[in-house]
Amino acid sequence: MSDVGGLGLKKAWQELNEVNIGRLSGCLGVFEIATTDDEILQIGYAGGRSLFGLRGCVGDVAAEHAGESLQFRTESNMQYISRWKELLMVHLAENGAMPSWNPPSDIDVIGRLGGRQKGQS
Amino acid sequence: MIDFTPTDEQQALIDNIRRFVQEEIIPLEADMDPDAAELPREDFDRLRGMAKEMGLFGLDIPEEFGGPGLNVMTQTLLAAEMTKHRGGLYSPCYGVFGGAGLAQLYGATDYQKEKYLHPTLRGETHGFFALSEPSGGSDPARAIQTKAVRDGDEWVLNGTKLWISGADRASYGVVFTRTGEGRAGITCFIVDTDTPGFQVRRVVHTMRSAHYATELTFEDARVPDKNRLGEVGMGFAIANDRLSAQRIPYSAQCLGVAEVAHQMAVEYSKDRTTFGKPLAARGGIQWMFVDNEMDLRSARMHVLAAAAKADAGEPFRVEAAIAKIAATEAAGRVVDRAIQVHGALGVSKDLPLERWYRELRIRRIGEGPTEVQKMIVARDLLGKIAV
Repeated sequence: MSDVGGLGLKKAWQELNEVNIGRLSGCLGVFEIATTDDEILQIGYAGGRSLFGLRGCVGDVAAEHAGESLQFRTESNMQYISRWKELLMVHLAENGAMPSWNPPSDIDVIGRLGGRQKGQS
Repeated sequence: MIDFTPTDEQQALIDNIRRFVQEEIIPLEADMDPDAAELPREDFDRLRGMAKEMGLFGLDIPEEFGGPGLNVMTQTLLAAEMTKHRGGLYSPCYGVFGGAGLAQLYGATDYQKEKYLHPTLRGETHGFFALSEPSGGSDPARAIQTKAVRDGDEWVLNGTKLWISGADRASYGVVFTRTGEGRAGITCFIVDTDTPGFQVRRVVHTMRSAHYATELTFEDARVPDKNRLGEVGMGFAIANDRLSAQRIPYSAQCLGVAEVAHQMAVEYSKDRTTFGKPLAARGGIQWMFVDNEMDLRSARMHVLAAAAKADAGEPFRVEAAIAKIAATEAAGRVVDRAIQVHGALGVSKDLPLERWYRELRIRRIGEGPTEVQKMIVARDLLGKIAV
């Protein structure tokens, strides 16, 4: 595990429900989806082509997983792609794996924080 | 007057690149995030294959390393053409044409070329360039504090590098360290990123969104002497030689996006009507276009003049500095005016203008800021009194 603490999202989790999603802005930014045990399942971003920004993107996740008890948190950020990559790198460094709901191809677009082991790609 | 009309061969290459950008790159961007810096993997692989078939792969690789050996003028003309799409300024054609890699490695030992340069030129691996530090980047002779101390057949590196692109995805880096005093006290090493003691400490977010810089730390990182690039104390020359040359295509890239922004504004002004007349009929708009034309034409002349001087084998450091100032400053102004002509649409992510505006702002700082380029020109004019 690498020492990359302090770079991840620190905001409090909110229950993934219609009321909380309705309070989100339509801004660009990043979001995390987690179980009620704080296990991060997905790290995503609301980009320049998203309809209704964070509200739309988090709402899409909620619709896809209706009935499941989940949490979310967001961060409005114009640097949404580099912040998204950073959050994925922090997650990878701290957990040794990508969030389970992120597509496997996401690992192709990120680098590695901290040090690498000899021969590690 | 010097004639910079492209030769038939140059024009054929320009036409090929232009067609590639129009037919292959821009249609893909319609479905990509407006800040994206990478193509989806399957598109990248397909277009890289196509680029190789068309003979467009590795165009800037020198002949001795298997490239076509294009002169600086041709590389400059193509650099301007490759950027003419939304992501083009920092990701020309999203890298499908490959690249020359780190030019510092052209002077490497056979062992270093085999291990680092050749795989990079084949597009199999990546390196990073680490000169800047928290203490500065424009004055490396004084600013570099990362120390390398010899210990038998190894060197022990300690220090921090900042504003380094691509280190988190690289397998090695070209790292400049202090081994003595002043300019003669800089030594360059090739550092594998799996070296114990080397860390990518954090991502540094900038206006570029999809691109970021990194901060690196070296804590007793041991590098074998066979990974020393050049002689001890010759690192400053290794860095400096290539930086001037890189400023010419770097400047041309700025002109590429600025030319497109200008064309977009001209076309929009003919369609957009206010108070019963098209924008193009307004004097205030017309004068913006005149200013754009003057900016673009003069900057283009400076950039091509620098390329011509480099190809003639003459010193071109001053010309490269003037080209860098002219192109980066002019391109920023042109895109700013193009945004003004487009109004609110200009600052929206519906158009590429806002991305170019943000990215061009960085160009006035990257590869040596405007003020440092002016110092180069002033010292050439005035001699020691300007130092």
